[in-house]
Amino acid sequence: MNDVSLSPASPWRRLLATLVAWRRPFVRALPTAFGVVVLNFVLLQAIPGDAVDALVAEAGSATAETTALLRQRYGLDKPPVAQLGDYLGHLAHFSLGYSPRYDMPVMDLILARLPNTLLLMSMALGIALSLGVSFGVVMATWNGRWPDRVLSSIAFLLYSTPGFWIGLMAIILFAVQLGWLPSGGDATIGAELAGWAKFGDTLKHAVLPAFTLATFYIAVYARLTRAAMLDVRTQDYVRTARAKGLHPVRVTLRHVLRNALLPLTTVAGAHIGGLLGGAAVAETVFSWPGIGRLTLEAVQAREYRVLLGVLLLSSFLVILANVLVDLLHARLDPRIKGN
Amino acid sequence: MNFDRRDFLAWSAALAAGPTFAANGTPARGGTLVFGVGREPPSLCSAFTTAGPTQLVSGKVFDGLLTYDLNLQPQPQLATRWETSADGLTVTFHLRENVRWHDGKPFTSDDVAFSLLEAWKKFNARGRTTFLNVERVETPSPRVAVLRLSKPAPYLLRALSSVESQVIPKHLYAGTDLLANPHNSAPIGTGPFKFVRWERGRQLVLERNADYWDSGKPYLDQIVFKQLTDPGAATAALETGSVHLASELPMSELKTLAARPNLAVHKRGATLSATLTAFEFNLERPKFQDLRVRQAIAHAVDREFLLKNVWYGYGDVSEAPIPRTWAAFHTEDVPKYPFDLKKAEALLEAAGLKRNAQGVRLSFTNDPNGSTGVLFQTAQVLRSNLAKIGVRMEVRTQDFGEFVQRIYTRRDFDTAIYTAGAGPDPAIGTQRFYWSRNVQPGVAFSNGAAYRNAEVDRVLEAAQVETDAAKRRALYVRFQQLVQADLPKIPLIGSESVVVAQRNLRDFLTTADGMLGNFSGAFFDKGAA
Repeated sequence: MNDVSLSPASPWRRLLATLVAWRRPFVRALPTAFGVVVLNFVLLQAIPGDAVDALVAEAGSATAETTALLRQRYGLDKPPVAQLGDYLGHLAHFSLGYSPRYDMPVMDLILARLPNTLLLMSMALGIALSLGVSFGVVMATWNGRWPDRVLSSIAFLLYSTPGFWIGLMAIILFAVQLGWLPSGGDATIGAELAGWAKFGDTLKHAVLPAFTLATFYIAVYARLTRAAMLDVRTQDYVRTARAKGLHPVRVTLRHVLRNALLPLTTVAGAHIGGLLGGAAVAETVFSWPGIGRLTLEAVQAREYRVLLGVLLLSSFLVILANVLVDLLHARLDPRIKGN
Repeated sequence: MNFDRRDFLAWSAALAAGPTFAANGTPARGGTLVFGVGREPPSLCSAFTTAGPTQLVSGKVFDGLLTYDLNLQPQPQLATRWETSADGLTVTFHLRENVRWHDGKPFTSDDVAFSLLEAWKKFNARGRTTFLNVERVETPSPRVAVLRLSKPAPYLLRALSSVESQVIPKHLYAGTDLLANPHNSAPIGTGPFKFVRWERGRQLVLERNADYWDSGKPYLDQIVFKQLTDPGAATAALETGSVHLASELPMSELKTLAARPNLAVHKRGATLSATLTAFEFNLERPKFQDLRVRQAIAHAVDREFLLKNVWYGYGDVSEAPIPRTWAAFHTEDVPKYPFDLKKAEALLEAAGLKRNAQGVRLSFTNDPNGSTGVLFQTAQVLRSNLAKIGVRMEVRTQDFGEFVQRIYTRRDFDTAIYTAGAGPDPAIGTQRFYWSRNVQPGVAFSNGAAYRNAEVDRVLEAAQVETDAAKRRALYVRFQQLVQADLPKIPLIGSESVVVAQRNLRDFLTTADGMLGNFSGAFFDKGAA
């Protein structure tokens, strides 16, 4: 990087400084990642049945010879400690290993699906935050009156209804009855689209699963925003702002909402891990080819290499999300410093 | 919609008249068929595996030596004719001229010899049994393959469909690690459709093979297998028309789907892959060693209720270990145990099992294969019936991997309910569950009951090498009578895959392979909506 081009106040310099300041979470992530690998390996070993049992159960027939042959192929004839050693050896070379069941490198398998899950998660988070915060603002503003009551009931419903059911109902309404949106998958079959047309097509397929994934969080954020805003409204600086004669809308948005967003970002950051988990349900209901479904399939197939690869990448994703949330905090409230 | 067996027969007779004069419209070229599938195949070549999802795809990419009509009679495919010597020890296949692999190389008898000896006989779990007696394969000319057997194997000619025994190209497999060959997930076959690409978790695309030996066919331009993981979503996709064909749908949805004007439900979706669902005892447990206890439990099974309420009518009740689909061997003349709770209770009483203070005579566990669906529901129905006669059956659930481990390796079970393929011949699909030499801990779908009966062994082994069809049937009738008297397993329901398809899709279920078949004659009827 060319230092001359960077004035002290340059945003690049600031980002660099922040990243240096924030390298610690990543260093701390290493033992976490090691723990994730070892713990999950042990857990998977504790589940009865191995990859070959699962494969054979699917095939519906077996002989002693074919079973032994497959075990040898999958490296399952070695003792578990040796298997773990092999896996960690691969990791040390930045390789997630090769999946005999899927017959391809685990990294390729995951990377093929990761963008899909990230799209789904970011859309869901976007929907949840925008709708949740809007609901919250309305509820806090008309606290105790009918808009608050109506939205509270809706939030309560969204909160307590299981996501897969909402998903299925959405399919029946929007795909089967109305025919507005596709019922599943991530692309229209047979339509060889490219560029924006392809992006639009993907987006159209993502709407229902993203909304399904978001429902629970809409409710959480709505209630959280409402509570935080009601709390902030009683603060002295809000009274001062009102006393200055500021427009009520400006007071609500600039003074109340901005401060109420702090707890919201903390919770939303923590939810990124939860969204990854919830994605498995939405992805299954909508046949969305993503990481969540891959995880589920890997557990059922007892394919530890794929499962550990997914969990490892997910844990890095969660750590990254937390760093971003901290950065956002520093921006929302200048009193919070990068370290 | 009412679609009973009689309709089916009438309809299949119409199909047998030939696709050019099919009852509903003439075949038209073109169109992309979208097939909704629930499970992703582990690989795309069924020479090495018997997994259903693999067979579904690879059956369209590869042709077999033979194919089978809806009455399970062999018909020519890659072999135009074949003969078996009088002693049953030599089987000669005359192969079709001018058949090419999808990479342009000619198909020859070397491919057949290689596939049989190096792939089916070594790696395919059913092929190991089927081709056990084949000592060598001679290839006197590129068009002739001669199988030399050490003992007759009358079942062999029932196992030569592409789905069961897939001929693979020697020039791409010879000298490689067969199971790791990259063509297992990018197959080169001789069939009507060529592999294009596989986006895992999303879709798999096949395209028309313009060089197919049966000129003019196939009619479809493309087949796309779209993965639909949730059965509810698969149902919706059929209703919206974004999928033309799907199976493995929840039985409870079939009635709704059948009522849709654009959809048809086909009961016999894959005859050769027909299955039998049965209740199995672990005979190593002392509590089941008294025959009267097993008989009592058999009398507590209400098959008609199960068929009507759990299977929604899609199946046949079966009291014989060889289900009705295999009419050549199935018999109704077996000891029967009609639903009769009074008799069941009397048998338990006679066996000395009195009710304790809680009213319980006997407690045991049951493991249905799968934690939802028909097997789990079957177990629950059975549990409530047994509760009435003082038997407490605890239903446990687990996934596939754990089920196999529990039953066959740990042997940690009292009773189990599972479904297993009964074909393509009793020597392959049925014998494995009753033959004492197949009591093999650690091997899935072996004789899990640990049933041993010398007479049964003798009959099974005789039927294995009997070349006379009538004598062979007599042996299997005897076998069914013997094991139904001993009751190591209680047969429940025989069923075939149920397929739901758009009504304008025609001629796709023309062979016993059903939806697993090659679809060379399938077409969209442009006249129908």
